[in-house]
Amino acid sequence: MSALVKGGRIDAEHVSIALGRGADAFEAVQDVGFTIEPGELVCILGPSGCGKSTLLGALAGHIEIAKGKLHVDSAPVSGPHPDRGIVFQHHTLFPWKTARDNVAFGPKMRGYGKAERRRLATEMLELVGLSDFANRYPKQLSGGMQQRVEIARVLVNRPRLLLMDEPFGALDALTRLMMQELLLAIWRHVPTTIVFVTHDIDEALFLADRIIVMSPRPGRILEVIKVPFERPRPTEIMASAEFGKLKAHCLGLLRSTQDPHPLQRLSPLGIAAGARL
Amino acid sequence: MAHSSEARYGRWIVRVSSVAVCLLAWQAASACHINLGIVTFANVPAPTDVLAAAIEFAESPKVFSHIGTSLMRVFAGYAIAAIVGIAIGLAIGRSKRASDFLSPPLELLRPIPAVAWIPLAVLMFPSSELSMIYITFIGALFPILLNTVHGVENVDPRLVASARSLGGTRGAILREVILPGAAPSIVTGLAVGMGTSWFCLITAEMISGQFGIGYFTWESYTLQNYADIVVGMFLIGVLGMGSSYLLRRIGGALTPWHTPEELRR
Repeated sequence: MSALVKGGRIDAEHVSIALGRGADAFEAVQDVGFTIEPGELVCILGPSGCGKSTLLGALAGHIEIAKGKLHVDSAPVSGPHPDRGIVFQHHTLFPWKTARDNVAFGPKMRGYGKAERRRLATEMLELVGLSDFANRYPKQLSGGMQQRVEIARVLVNRPRLLLMDEPFGALDALTRLMMQELLLAIWRHVPTTIVFVTHDIDEALFLADRIIVMSPRPGRILEVIKVPFERPRPTEIMASAEFGKLKAHCLGLLRSTQDPHPLQRLSPLGIAAGARL
Repeated sequence: MAHSSEARYGRWIVRVSSVAVCLLAWQAASACHINLGIVTFANVPAPTDVLAAAIEFAESPKVFSHIGTSLMRVFAGYAIAAIVGIAIGLAIGRSKRASDFLSPPLELLRPIPAVAWIPLAVLMFPSSELSMIYITFIGALFPILLNTVHGVENVDPRLVASARSLGGTRGAILREVILPGAAPSIVTGLAVGMGTSWFCLITAEMISGQFGIGYFTWESYTLQNYADIVVGMFLIGVLGMGSSYLLRRIGGALTPWHTPEELRR
């Protein structure tokens, strides 16, 4: 069932990212370096406004880096590309397209014929468990369903990187857990490198192979934690002693550098979540 | 259920009788030639006279030439305004350079009401037909243009970013994201523009027209066919309402993801 992973290696060296202009300019990410292997699932964990989403935006090609080297499969990132798909926290489905047409958007842009892209979209919707909702508009879907369509819309392009910016942050706890399990199941069928940004320690520990923990602004890497749990992972591991120990460790890291004044959330597109391009 | 339908009947009875009371008051006022000093009903035709005049007008051959001429003028001017307004609006909303180049002269022209163009339009265009179409065009242009710009600027940047990440080119994003994203606002502009273009046309026809419903209304005044004035007024109302309704239906059909409540706004 699972195909071979086709690339998806990330090399970051001394990456710094500056945001804002003039007097409002600030360094969102400072001297960050890491390597992510093809097919790995890495979570970037950090407090709100620490620059983790900014880093994700740079990987997607929506934000330019100021200093350093950011390579995907040995080529520098320059501009957005369907090989590097991004899922945002909030609904960014096209409200005027049905679920199927949303998923078929990528294939349409790549010049696939109507029948072919319909087939690809239907197949992808099946994978995320939404076959029966293909003709619904996003408004007619629940929050969790909308995020599933988002994932399908990105994965239909068979990207090398799946970049996710707190994709389940707006969902209720139970739906979030269901979505996390679903993501892991999908990932087994469509193996790709996943970079998952979150501020939820449980989520990071449940999903990740490794966790990159970042400091408050300017974002630097505090520690890279290897998550030892076997896959497939049942939700029960969240109740294990090992899980608790790692969670306490992460919490300690985040606490040690805690800023008494939480910062405004940054977006992968620049300053505020609603910033203009 | 039965209760609610009864209540609905009740409300309709109230609504219909309200109109009937108005008509009766009008009939009484004009029949008794009421003169209140600041306003007089002495020369106001009664509803019954208006009805008779309307029937007569409907049976005369003039009816088609007047209504047809007006409709032709409105739709010519309005169609050009829709095309030009949406095209320029998209350009201004999408490109800084186009905005810098096109916005200043448009901003200077915008505060001038379309009817203020009438004398100059008569001088500029060799035929009065063209000058009236021009007035109608100017009247509809700005609401359509401004709402298009507004709609384009308010398309969620994350939708555009998503489209770019999914491989959308500039042209594809304009077609697949910007245009549908701005569509509800464009439809609003088209609806407002339809109203203003009727308003401008009627004024232009009263001043410089031959044929047309505005001309008919004004001519009735000069010829002292007072009942026809009211017939003309009603026709203007019906035509304006009809075209707005048509537009809302077309707009609704073009933006099925958008709920009508939001469309009416």
